[in-house]
Amino acid sequence: MNFKITTRNLLVAVLLLMLCALPLFAEKFYVQLFSKILIMGIFAMSLDLLVGYVGLVSLGHAAFFGLAGYCAALLSPQYEAGNFFVSFSAAISICILFALLTGVLALRTKSFYFIMVTLAFAQMIFFIFHDTKIGGGGDGIYIYQKPLLAISGITLLELENFKTFYWFTFGWLIAIYAFLRILLQSHYGHALGGIKVNEHRMRALGYPVFWYKLSAYVIAGSIGGIAGYFNAIQFGFVNPENISWHTSANVLMMVILGGMGSLHGAVFGASVFILLQELISNESMLGSFASHWSLMMGFFIVAVSLFLPNGLTGLFSRGSKK
Amino acid sequence: MEINSILIQLLNGIQYGLLLFLVAAGLTLVFGIMGVINLAHGSFYMIGAYLAWSLAELAGSFWVGIAIGIVLTIILGMVLEVVFFKHLYRRDHLYQVLMTYGLILIFEDLRSVLWGNDIHGVVIPELLNSSIQLTENLTYPMYRFFVSAVCIAIAIGLYLTIQRTRLGMIIRAGATNSEMTQVLGVNIKLIHAVVFSIGVSLAAIAGMVASPISSAYPNMGTQVLITCFVIVVIGGIGSVWGALAGALLIGLADTFGNVFAPEYSGLSVFILMSIILIWRPEGLFKRSYK
Amino acid sequence: MDYSNKRRQFIKGSALTIASGAFSGLLPRFGNAQSSKIKVGFMLPYSGTYANLGVGIENGFRLFVQEKGGKLAGREIEFIRVDDESDPSKATDNANKLILRDKVDLIVGTVHSGVAMGMVKLTREAGILHIIPNAGAAAATGALCSPNIFRTSFTNWQAIYPLGKHIYSKGQKTAVWVTWKYGAGDEAGEGFKEGYISVGGKVIKELAIPFPSMEFQSVLTEIAFLKPDAVACFFAGAAGAKFIKDYAAAGLKGKIPLYSSFLTDGVLDAVGTDAEGIESTAHYGDSLQIKKDKEFRIAYAKAFKMQPDAFGVQGYDSAQLFAIGLDAVKGDISNKAGMIVAMENAKIDSPRGVWTMSKAHNPVQDIYLRRVVGKENKVIGIAHKALADHARGCKMT
Repeated sequence: MNFKITTRNLLVAVLLLMLCALPLFAEKFYVQLFSKILIMGIFAMSLDLLVGYVGLVSLGHAAFFGLAGYCAALLSPQYEAGNFFVSFSAAISICILFALLTGVLALRTKSFYFIMVTLAFAQMIFFIFHDTKIGGGGDGIYIYQKPLLAISGITLLELENFKTFYWFTFGWLIAIYAFLRILLQSHYGHALGGIKVNEHRMRALGYPVFWYKLSAYVIAGSIGGIAGYFNAIQFGFVNPENISWHTSANVLMMVILGGMGSLHGAVFGASVFILLQELISNESMLGSFASHWSLMMGFFIVAVSLFLPNGLTGLFSRGSKK
Repeated sequence: MEINSILIQLLNGIQYGLLLFLVAAGLTLVFGIMGVINLAHGSFYMIGAYLAWSLAELAGSFWVGIAIGIVLTIILGMVLEVVFFKHLYRRDHLYQVLMTYGLILIFEDLRSVLWGNDIHGVVIPELLNSSIQLTENLTYPMYRFFVSAVCIAIAIGLYLTIQRTRLGMIIRAGATNSEMTQVLGVNIKLIHAVVFSIGVSLAAIAGMVASPISSAYPNMGTQVLITCFVIVVIGGIGSVWGALAGALLIGLADTFGNVFAPEYSGLSVFILMSIILIWRPEGLFKRSYK
Repeated sequence: MDYSNKRRQFIKGSALTIASGAFSGLLPRFGNAQSSKIKVGFMLPYSGTYANLGVGIENGFRLFVQEKGGKLAGREIEFIRVDDESDPSKATDNANKLILRDKVDLIVGTVHSGVAMGMVKLTREAGILHIIPNAGAAAATGALCSPNIFRTSFTNWQAIYPLGKHIYSKGQKTAVWVTWKYGAGDEAGEGFKEGYISVGGKVIKELAIPFPSMEFQSVLTEIAFLKPDAVACFFAGAAGAKFIKDYAAAGLKGKIPLYSSFLTDGVLDAVGTDAEGIESTAHYGDSLQIKKDKEFRIAYAKAFKMQPDAFGVQGYDSAQLFAIGLDAVKGDISNKAGMIVAMENAKIDSPRGVWTMSKAHNPVQDIYLRRVVGKENKVIGIAHKALADHARGCKMT
């Protein structure tokens, strides 16, 4: 691969540098806000793999987000920090297991049914945590101390420090982006694209379509779990609402905003969505009208789905695909 | 457990199921004919309940209030179809999910502006304000029987309209092949608007009819929405009989879940759905129009 | 093409302007204008099911500040509001806005227990003053109690604990307990059972409805067959209204008496005569023969053109508590330790009657016995004098 120095590449480089340097000049609140954006960016990328690249619209992606979060919470002892490697790998394993179990069932169905079945599975997880006392019920559960990232007693990274936490999630975002990029450019990725365009043809060509879909579903689920894990440890609070269908719908919105089938678009969509929410519910900016944020958000979502099917990136990119 | 108690629980489950059917029928109709997933369907249920409350107070009669309310929701359905939904027919489900999610937010906010955030009770009309003695200390309100009767009447009415009338024939034709139907000189746009507004008013009627039992309160639509989606999926999308069967199953599962397994009753509905989908991924009934 | 380019530029331009205004904190800040105002952050529900409750709390708080001429301990008060949407998944993000972005001196919130628990997670760590004006989750002044966290309402346990004794005293020796299956319901259930069993009552069955379902027929049928002497329940708001109506419609009203804690608050207009005669225990009620309450009700009605409820009282008392702290340190908000000591020892002259603060920072208060008469939760006596919560697991006691 050779990189040309174009305006675009320069801009991206500058943007990345600025994001990297953010904790050096921004206030703590904004560093944490951007950590959230990075986490939701990871989450949106994972859903985009399903929606944008395989054509599977899920309305239950929050199940992975919440499962991993609860795993992080349940594996953190109350009076000391848990081990990052243990709770992280356990969380991801649970997500993989859940993806396998539900994927086998959900992928038997198509379009509308798939949307609803994924929604129903997420609701099931919601009720399990809401109705039982496993994770503190509706009041949620705490992670008192962020897991310790240490090998044989030597602390590698101090995640309690909000700056370190930001850089750590930033690193994960880059790594996941690179992983998905490579994956999608591989033979496997092309096959997924083929399935999205014409499933029957791919089957006729001898591709084991079901296994391709299931593996993509599992990958998406486990990356969604990574996002959920980081979301849980950032503020140390996990609640059943993390699994609600609103969370699933919001992340779907992020994917659309950024333009489906574009990994950096998903991250961009997540940032626009979160910043917009921050903006329209801000009373010092909008006065008492801010309590009508849901009206504004509603109109925004309706407008995007009606007028911007390719998302904001479709709006900005000159000479869009059509 | 006494046999009487089980029989009464059976009645409870069927009665609840019928009410759910009324909300789910509009959902499955709109999906079956126009192919639109409408998350905002629950909002129409809420709008119905609030309309019943405010119109009954204004008109001084529950029945007059409902009559006006039905006319208003049909108009509302038409307007929404023209302004929002008709742009979605050819689009991916994804956009339908999102747009209607946005509409939920809008409707909730408008509800708070228009009607406030209070809970409002609707008085049971005098005519039906009596009850039947079931056991020595349990009575069953007449109004609940009335609700069930309305639900059954609407189920039969829907079936007859779709299967036996000219309008139904056109609707079925339009669902199968809308271009062809249009070529034959049918105004398919009008048909869509009509079907959509029927769907809206069905949900709203459910809200209105249920309002003396349920009251009108904020966010009442979202709760019923998820249950209705489960019903539609179990029954088979687009099938009115499927919705009826699904609704009755869910009504019974919920009722007996509460009785026999209260620890897991929240899950019972979803477990039932999973089992049915493993058995029949397309739901219990295939779409009846095609 | 030309047009769309312009449109794009316009959108880009305006987006940048708005964004730079909202996120000025992203840029390095030079010079810091020290404002002499004290910042109070409300994190309350301003939309959704609990919106009225949030407004009531805020009104109560503002009313007290107004009565003091807009100033507490000589310092002006600035209010900042964040809508918590009653959504626990946004609780930490929203609390963080007030703590870090707006740098408030006091955070007041909230109604929903799950959201309050999310707030407590952050306020405990940040050490910021936090007054909980409603949510009754035991842990906030129990296992998670903290010097900087106070509650001015009640715990779910506290409000219903005295009920059992009252029911038993009427000769009703068996009861069925019904609730929504969620945290608040479970805690209230423990309170009821503890109180009822300790005097000799027998809970013959505990029934639960999955949250937030409102289909009560199945449990009403069970109650009719179980034939207990009494039914006690925990439902509030819309669910409470529906339960009352369904209970009456099932013919159980008048045959098996129904009791609760907050069942009948805020729903009497909606349920009509179906609630008539229902008895409940709570920390506040109507027709209290207390001078302070009469003054409060008149002032509140005058200021906001509506009648106050328990939420208004809780908001009002939150402001009183804060004022006591501020007065003790003469407005020097930086003296947090001084404020906390004063607030701990506070004696609040509340519309609900005088109450004090427990070591775990939950009110020690009279729990009233109320009966629904017309459109009122009429107070008919004191069910338990100066009742304190267990505060299980709190290390400050």
